Amino acid sequence: MYPSRFNYESPKTIEEAIALLTKGNGEAKILAGGMSLIPMMKLRFASPEMLVDINNIPNLNYHRVDADGTFHIGALCRHSDLEKSSILAQHQPTLAATAPLVADPIVRNRGTFVGSVCHADPQGDWASAMIALDGMIVAQGPKGRRTIAVRDFVTGPFQNVLASNEIAIEAIIPATTGTRFGGYLKLERRIGDFATAGVAVALELSGSSVIRAGIGLTGVGSSTVNATDAAQSLVGSPLTSEAIERAADLAAQAAQPRSDHRGSAAYKKQVVRTFVARILTEINSTKTKAA
Amino acid sequence: MTSLYEEVRGDQPGEVPVRRVSIRVNGVNRTADIEPRLLLAHFIRQGLRLTGTHVGCDTTNCGACTVLLDGKPAKSCTVLAVQADGHDVMTVEGMATASELDPIQEGFKDEHGLQCGFCTPGMMLSAKALLEENPNPTEDEIRWALSGNLCRCTGYQNIVKAVLWAAEKMRAQAGK
Ligand SMILES: Cc1cc2nc3c(=O)[nH]c(=O)nc-3n(C[C@H](O)[C@H](O)[C@H](O)COP(=O)(O)OP(=O)(O)OC[C@H]3O[C@@H](n4cnc5c(N)ncnc54)[C@H](O)[C@@H]3O)c2cc1C
Ligand code: FES
Ligand code: FES
Repeated sequence: MYPSRFNYESPKTIEEAIALLTKGNGEAKILAGGMSLIPMMKLRFASPEMLVDINNIPNLNYHRVDADGTFHIGALCRHSDLEKSSILAQHQPTLAATAPLVADPIVRNRGTFVGSVCHADPQGDWASAMIALDGMIVAQGPKGRRTIAVRDFVTGPFQNVLASNEIAIEAIIPATTGTRFGGYLKLERRIGDFATAGVAVALELSGSSVIRAGIGLTGVGSSTVNATDAAQSLVGSPLTSEAIERAADLAAQAAQPRSDHRGSAAYKKQVVRTFVARILTEINSTKTKAA
Repeated sequence: MTSLYEEVRGDQPGEVPVRRVSIRVNGVNRTADIEPRLLLAHFIRQGLRLTGTHVGCDTTNCGACTVLLDGKPAKSCTVLAVQADGHDVMTVEGMATASELDPIQEGFKDEHGLQCGFCTPGMMLSAKALLEENPNPTEDEIRWALSGNLCRCTGYQNIVKAVLWAAEKMRAQAGK
């Protein structure tokens, strides 16, 4: 298999890339890690007339914490950079738990975090973590930059709000006021498989009380599910076993899975319930140990 | 090398986009005029006739086509050859010298790390990248590092043994 014919450009600056995308007039596509786009082009599910390869633009491969506590992930930061990152492990428990579960080690060497969020696959793992963390995407177009919350960024399966000449420059995770806790659990049939179901949880605690909560669900809807009711139910009280049960039930209710070769809808809902409870219970026990 | 793919649409030669690339393959600079849609796997196999890189699934799943791109494992069926312009590629042909096998190749031979051999080049290159980073991996670390390479024959047991064997030999050599 090979893709249909296209023109290839490898700009050296973001501005040049935007100009090429503008010229492409909707027929050009950005190439980042290529781990979703190239397979789609080989299968001829996508046949862009032009590829704008952003891999040669300098200074886009970074992830860092700023002095204000915000966490930034550049457009060329690879899954494997995050998997091996000690700052991620230190500051972002939800993302650190997700990193080793995305695809397989070879795919992780090339695939990018930002590309994955842009791809908006309902089975993408990073999008759930970003939903749980209230993450944002910074996009740059001919008229400058704008910041979009990930919950508004994805508009449907494989669809996002970017104009055809906008580039996602980086992802931002807002700073916390409390102490950050989180986790990600994914059921997969084998390594490299997409999720049968996945659950991302991000909490902020002040003392023993939850002051912010986010729960994102992978692979159980036509796009990443934002389990807001489940998350809200946790805010304002400690992580008691009743609170954990309630949140797990509400998350299972928010899931809209379909029965397929990975499992029945009822089974996937049960996996969501179990995973939410498991992550919250684990957070509760680490928190108690730390105190 | 511009016409490695069939002319499906009957395009005129002038309409075919062509790029000049220079890719270092196994230490040798290879310059060629290629179509941007040429996949790195095809550049290596059909263009350079280095057929040690295998194409198994052709859908980014199996890792048979793994090469090292700037030292890191990459599935060459899912990288455009133009993306390797100016970069370093190592295929299985680059592992041995004229007189000596790479310790990883020796390990696969000694520990029976292969049966049909289809997955072997990819396995060995993933193992090579692992041992560069971690000269003394545990069995779990080996299994984790090779989890993007599928084998339908061996059940993986002897592949893991082969990598442990190679790691030990390489540590002994480095210690000398
Ligand atoms: C075998 C295999 C298994 C996988 N398993 C998983 C898995 O378990 N979980 C998971 O989450 N993912 C999985 N993936 C997908 C992988 O994570 C991809 O890397 C990711 O979805 C896309 O990132 P990319 O950088 O490769 O993007 P590309 O493939 O380069 O691009 C994807 C799309 O996003 C657009 N895009 C990319 N970057 C930008 C940008 N900066 N601005 C605007 N648009 C952009 C592109 O135009 C394209 O439409 C798997 C892939 C493979 C091949
Ligand atoms: S042939 Fe490339 S991953 Fe299978
Ligand atoms: S030896 Fe046959 S596929 Fe691995």
